[in-house]
Amino acid sequence: MAHDTTFHDAHSDHEHHAPPTVFGFWVYLMTDCIIFGTLFAVFATFRNQYAGGPTGKELFEISGLAMETALLLVSSITYGFGMIAAHKGAIRSVQLWLAITFLLGLGFVGLEINEFAHLIGEGAGPDRSAFLSAFFTLVSTHGLHVSCGLIWIVTLVVQLSRVTEISERMMNKLTMLSLFWHFLDIVWICVFSFVYLGSMI
Amino acid sequence: MLGRLSFADIPVDVPILVGTFAGVAVIGIAVLALITYYGKWGYLWKEWFTSVDHKRLAVMYIVLALVALARGFADAIMMRTQLALAYAGNPGYLPPHHYDQIFSAHGTIMIFFLAMAFMTGLFNLVVPLQIGARDVAFPFLNNLSFWMTAIAFILINVSLFIGEFSQCGWLAYPPLSETQFSPGVGVDYYIWAVQLSGVGTLLTGVNFFVTIVKMRAPGMTWMKVPVFTWTAFCACVLIMVAFPVLTVVLGMLGLDRYLGMHFFTNDGGGNQMLYLSLIWTWGHPEVYILILPAFGVFSEVVPTFSRKPLFGYATMVYATCAIMVLSFLVWLHHFFTMGAGADVNAFFGIATMVISIPTGVKLFNWLFTMYKGRVEFHATMYWAVGFMITFTIGGMTGVMMAIPAADFVLHNSLFLIAHFHNVIIGGVYFGYVCGMNYWFPKALGFKLNEAWGKAAFWFWFVGFYVAFMPLYVLGFDGMTRRLNHYDNPAWHPWLLIAEVGAVLVFCGIACQVIQLYVSIRDRNLPQNVDVTGDPWNARSLEWSTSSPPPIYNFAITPHVHDLDAFMHDKENGIDTRGAGGPYAPIHMPKNTAAGFMVGAFSLVLGFAAIWYIWWLAAIGLIGVFATVIIRSANQDVDYYIPAEEVARIENEHSRKLMVQAAE
Repeated sequence: MAHDTTFHDAHSDHEHHAPPTVFGFWVYLMTDCIIFGTLFAVFATFRNQYAGGPTGKELFEISGLAMETALLLVSSITYGFGMIAAHKGAIRSVQLWLAITFLLGLGFVGLEINEFAHLIGEGAGPDRSAFLSAFFTLVSTHGLHVSCGLIWIVTLVVQLSRVTEISERMMNKLTMLSLFWHFLDIVWICVFSFVYLGSMI
Repeated sequence: MLGRLSFADIPVDVPILVGTFAGVAVIGIAVLALITYYGKWGYLWKEWFTSVDHKRLAVMYIVLALVALARGFADAIMMRTQLALAYAGNPGYLPPHHYDQIFSAHGTIMIFFLAMAFMTGLFNLVVPLQIGARDVAFPFLNNLSFWMTAIAFILINVSLFIGEFSQCGWLAYPPLSETQFSPGVGVDYYIWAVQLSGVGTLLTGVNFFVTIVKMRAPGMTWMKVPVFTWTAFCACVLIMVAFPVLTVVLGMLGLDRYLGMHFFTNDGGGNQMLYLSLIWTWGHPEVYILILPAFGVFSEVVPTFSRKPLFGYATMVYATCAIMVLSFLVWLHHFFTMGAGADVNAFFGIATMVISIPTGVKLFNWLFTMYKGRVEFHATMYWAVGFMITFTIGGMTGVMMAIPAADFVLHNSLFLIAHFHNVIIGGVYFGYVCGMNYWFPKALGFKLNEAWGKAAFWFWFVGFYVAFMPLYVLGFDGMTRRLNHYDNPAWHPWLLIAEVGAVLVFCGIACQVIQLYVSIRDRNLPQNVDVTGDPWNARSLEWSTSSPPPIYNFAITPHVHDLDAFMHDKENGIDTRGAGGPYAPIHMPKNTAAGFMVGAFSLVLGFAAIWYIWWLAAIGLIGVFATVIIRSANQDVDYYIPAEEVARIENEHSRKLMVQAAE
């Protein structure tokens, strides 16, 4: 907040103002970050509130988790290749990389649903204890975000199939989805570390 | 098919609601009929409902806020009347089930739909103009934000006639708000209404934050940003940090209710105090979200009508930022009695008192601005001076309650009720009405009537004291909040006085309605029309363009040379408008129905989810996603206003200015 922190953009340009879309989306992601932060705090509060029910140590299995984590981390890399292709203007290549990212993300969501179904089948559903309520809410909030990301990927792949070059607006969309996708990766690393590993130690 | 909705949920057995419904229906049908008769549907749809113009959205937000005021005040005077009657043998006219819904709705509506909508309306009207921008960063999202707020308000009013509203107070504390104790739809109405409006508020926060960071006119460095925009900026930061927490905490309450989870239940390891902690992590910043823009309004009005620059601009900015940070360090003072221990309570008590320091700085700045100024007692100044007196008293009672030991006595009593009305009416409401009187000509091109404005002020000012000072006394006398009936004879006279105060406030609102009516009726009188765009000889950029401004705001982006940019230009003979051109084509966003559609589908989603009509909820949700995806594929979102058209509009305004100058 120092004096004379000069900060204007292309605003002196009288004809055209490129809307600061990507910056706005980044700011929005920070508010999303607070949602996750709050959910992590809630999970920390309830981490021992088993109400006589199963503990994390009894429930979580490392093998499926490793697979989920691998899928999501690799999908971030494949999205990165998609962005490289987008900067080169190679539309088909972008679509291909996005499709691969989509499949990896879909695999992640599938494994997560499978895990949830397994837990609920064992009688360890979200209504069993405050610990499980917090666990399911945090993890499925992340899962819902990934699912929205999947819908977004499909939308962009379809939109890309109807254009011959990548416009500035399309580039903005790809960049925003990129931010979103990598952001979810970071959140997952926190989920994996604090929720799963933290409960199993 | 209809979930848990049945004919038994229509409260035909409650005469007050039937009467209200009849009144609303008659007025509603009359309004719809008039619009149809005059053939204005197309105009409303094309020019207003689908508009992405921040000035139009501002007007719609403020109209929404005034409707919310009518609803919220009706609740208020019903409560005061109940308490004036319900003494000893008399049960009053409102049974507890109804009374509890009224105080819950009153608080919810006044905060989320009067105060927040009014504030967002002022942001929309002023911020882009004040920083010399042509619109906000995301005009479509701005329209969407409005519709999310509007449909949430509709949803809350639907609860009057279909089902019931929450009976758990404006923050729906568990375990009362859990299914075990509130099995009906009331709390679900509350959750969905607040969550849907929260989406709108969050988008507004992001939108205006980005607008202020990225779209200020060239030369407007941070320390040349007008104070109202500064306060809007800090309020947006608070929105972005605080509202996600509200979303999470109400989401968790919803999960408890819908999926049987155990966040805040008595059993299963739940913890109600976590709810209190989280909701006040949002709730305390929320009151600063509301009050900071009011401080901003006074910081514009007082210099303008004192004919002096603002005293201590830099300290005003620093004080605003200090309050922004401190507002996150005090939430625990809302539950000192939780039992966190003396050390924790002492920390939060002291942190709370510390906030009075930057607030005091602001108050002295306004006083010193008036000192030796040529103060003109315009209606806006009445509200400003009334605010300074009232808010100071409210601030002092707040510091009293910041003492944990005192709070153990005063907590949950009418003393608290008196305190927060003291700061919210005396601060937030006075501030926003002051702002409405000040910027009204900018929005619509004519001034508000002075005499009725002053009458409204006096009724509100006196009415506030008569209504709420007795509540301080009652708090000391041990009367707790949310009572439906009492037997203590010592309380009765004070509650009768408070009722008189509520009637005086009603007269104040009536004067405001008359003020609007008279002003609109006389809008073409020469003394009311704002030809120059600068009716008050004001200081900041929004007054440099015409009233109402052209759709593009500024034909030529102004260059800022100093704080009080427009005053600097006037004093140095610089034409801020750059009249005469040359003009260039202006790039503008096109209107869109997508915001309205997302809002409409969200309303369907909310209503269906409240009543467990899952197929309908699915339609609503799919509708929201489909609209967003279709909108995202739309390439035809903007257009150019040709330079000749800009020149025509600008020359027309220049001609009017010359005619005015010649007279």
